[in-house]
Amino acid sequence: MKIHIKNGRLIDPASGADANQDVFIAAGKIVGIGAPPHGYHANRTIDAAGLVVCPGLVDLAVRLREPGFEYMATLESEMSAAAAGGVTSLACPPDTDPPLDEPGLVEMLKFRARNLNQARVFPVGALTIGLKGTHLTEMAELTDAGCVAFSHADAPLIDTQLMLRALQYAATFDFAVWLRPQDAGLARGGIAHDGQVATRLGLAAIPACAETVALSTILLLARETGVRIHLCRLSSAEGVAMVRQAKSQGLKVSCDIAIHHAHLSEMDIGYFDPNCNLTPPLRSERDRDALRAALADGTVDALCSDHTPVDDDAKQLPFGEAETGATGVELLLPLTLKWIEESRLPLALGLARITTDPARILGISAGKLALGASADICVFDPERYWKIEPASLKSQGKNTPFTGLEVKGKVRCTLVEGQIVYEC
Amino acid sequence: MFLNQNPQLNKNGELHHLLSTEGLPAEILHQILDTSQSFVGVTQREVKKVPLLRGKAIFNLFFEPSTRTRTTFEIAAKRLSADVINLAVDVSSQSKGETVLDTVANLAAMQADMFIVRHSQSGAPHLIARHVGEDIHVINAGDGRHAHPTQGLLDMFTIRHFKKDFRNLRVAIVGDVLHSRVARSQIHALTTLGVPELRVIGPKTLLPSKVDHLGVHVYHDMAKGLKDVDVVMMLRLQNERMQGLFVPSPQEFFKSYGLTADKLALAKPDAIVLHPGPMNRGVEIDSDVADGSQSVILPQVTFGIAIRMAVMSILAGN
Amino acid sequence: MTKPVLPDAEHLLATLTAQMRPHVTAQTGLIGIVTGGAWLAARLHRNLELKVPPGSLDVSFYRDDFQHKGLKHQVAPSAIPFEVEGRDLILVDDVLYTGRTIRAAMNELFDYGRPASIRLAALVDRGGRELPIAAQFIGAALEVPAKYNIHLEQDEQGNLHLVLHPKN
Repeated sequence: MKIHIKNGRLIDPASGADANQDVFIAAGKIVGIGAPPHGYHANRTIDAAGLVVCPGLVDLAVRLREPGFEYMATLESEMSAAAAGGVTSLACPPDTDPPLDEPGLVEMLKFRARNLNQARVFPVGALTIGLKGTHLTEMAELTDAGCVAFSHADAPLIDTQLMLRALQYAATFDFAVWLRPQDAGLARGGIAHDGQVATRLGLAAIPACAETVALSTILLLARETGVRIHLCRLSSAEGVAMVRQAKSQGLKVSCDIAIHHAHLSEMDIGYFDPNCNLTPPLRSERDRDALRAALADGTVDALCSDHTPVDDDAKQLPFGEAETGATGVELLLPLTLKWIEESRLPLALGLARITTDPARILGISAGKLALGASADICVFDPERYWKIEPASLKSQGKNTPFTGLEVKGKVRCTLVEGQIVYEC
Repeated sequence: MFLNQNPQLNKNGELHHLLSTEGLPAEILHQILDTSQSFVGVTQREVKKVPLLRGKAIFNLFFEPSTRTRTTFEIAAKRLSADVINLAVDVSSQSKGETVLDTVANLAAMQADMFIVRHSQSGAPHLIARHVGEDIHVINAGDGRHAHPTQGLLDMFTIRHFKKDFRNLRVAIVGDVLHSRVARSQIHALTTLGVPELRVIGPKTLLPSKVDHLGVHVYHDMAKGLKDVDVVMMLRLQNERMQGLFVPSPQEFFKSYGLTADKLALAKPDAIVLHPGPMNRGVEIDSDVADGSQSVILPQVTFGIAIRMAVMSILAGN
Repeated sequence: MTKPVLPDAEHLLATLTAQMRPHVTAQTGLIGIVTGGAWLAARLHRNLELKVPPGSLDVSFYRDDFQHKGLKHQVAPSAIPFEVEGRDLILVDDVLYTGRTIRAAMNELFDYGRPASIRLAALVDRGGRELPIAAQFIGAALEVPAKYNIHLEQDEQGNLHLVLHPKN
């Protein structure tokens, strides 16, 4: 299908382009920017006047809840939520049930996803069998089956000797390892950041040093082994400071934060809002401000949604018993725009953090609008307000701390490999 | 976000639920204390009942067992002529799939007027209060580490009874503040009532982060902390906390933080000693202090019934 | 109807005292209903030179309008410094109107014990009864239009005055 997107403001952070330029698509690829190729006749024209045309979003953490958690959400509902959010490539963590530690499970997931014809799914494999932290997985087999990296999701990796072996093994084949820095002992039993809010509300606390102690271990072992390491979901000022220092010393490390941590702090827990029960926890306002600064200066490479749909029964519980996590793949774009606007930063910078930068971390060719690239495109209205509420979300998970908020930035059209997967 | 309006007060600023002493204006604290004074009179009469809550159904929803607190609420409710239904909600029935909200919805459908809730999780009564109909009142009988407002209030009543004016007092709270819902409720009430100097005394393992943000001075040395105080409030140390994970042993805790006659002598000579009970004699407090002339622990219990009668009456009438 | 002219409360107190004198003994218990009735009971007690100290009653916990009005902000403790059982009592109130306050007061009194008799002394009887209650000793009968409230105030010197307020 030949699709012509006209009159839009084309922003491609990878090349720095930001101008009113038309885009021409054929056979799933971008065949013209600005001017059509010779003899081009569009089957379909999309008028993007007043809209932004950017690369389809690349989200580093979207829980699709299959296999194993289908009562919370299904592939169908979450993929359609991703499409509505302008996400065209997504990575899903290995903490399914069973975890993605066998090639068969990975193949099945990829197969199911491909048949739905929506975003491209990049599974992240389990680093250890069952995510139990005792035995290495068949990383080479898993990579053949389609895994782009290996992680331990939120499961504790206590045995440092095993961690070392896992990093060494991955480094042997140049596989990327994604780790969440959280020391199991220091975080044990905790449900909220160790600060004035947890003290006042009487919530068991997780100190910031749970992150920095683990970070220190991971960074030192990464340096030892030379593995490509990506740090998932930083949350503290001291944490990003350590990453900044490691990068300045030449270590090959990248990191991301969840979009929630760019906006919220412990103060947002209010009167025990279970939607603010997140991992890592929402820390102090000072931490939040440091994360924003690190996003702006590139210390934090990417923003992700950390999409975690949870059913109502599991969320409407006392704070400490509620299932952790928030839905958010549909909110990644508007919340990124909100950060940009509040911080008075260029739109292209914000879009970079959710397109070309995460694509680079994933090691995939995506997140850019270039001649010959796959036509993975997001067309959105940067000025259109909409209200975040259960009825407006496609995800089965309605658990978001942003319920009731009016945000700017509505996706109007999403294309994957030149096919329209979402339109409104 | 939307959870930032004070859920305890109705739109006229009157008490609608009692979930925490935090966020209650001084006028409401005084209203409760003054009303309790009248109920003390009632508890001293031959006929200890008044017909105020006749026909009202009060449900004791105790998700965490407690005979003492439940009994005082039951006595208080009966003295107001209300009907009391006790539900010891078994943890196992919870694991059979019935959530807290399911339980509450079923009971509300049985024409409940008031829920008295005790739960091991901080914030559970807030969750319940958010989900009940407009004419049901919720009283927090203790949630996790967060709050135990009726205990805080009866402690305030006790202090007012013996010391009259809060604005002249130096108060010390001693022991496991980290895990204590009673301490948090006391701290908020004391600061609202205008106590000029509030101290917490305990080892670092038992004091929460940034506790000074609550308006207290932190002491690790009990001798320094008790100097010239007017009111000493002891906290209970749970068994599981004295076995080596927070403090090495009860003996060591008693040595540094137990209230003995010698340590009490550092406070003002007319200082009073409170304890929410049940006491661990020889751990937090020495028997001769607990039973001594400066202890007001028994009056605390009596006042507890009047306070609960006052709270239920004020809520039912609003 | 025009705003009524109020009689002098001190004058009415004298009238009431004279009416009650032949009917009180050394054992009579006077109980004033707060706040107006309690001031009156104190003054009557002095005037009549009674031996038994006066009691005061706050009927808040026995009212029949709790559902609509809730608890008033300042509930005073009731205090009866004598044995109710078997005693002749005189309830004292400033204004007798619907009779509901007296009904509540009697219910409360019976929770203290079983009196031999209860009589009622009111400074002003404004009519408008909704229950079968009557006063045995009355300072004055007064017609007050329904749109007004009438009650007793005490100044710094301890003198009593009747005051009229429109109902809101």
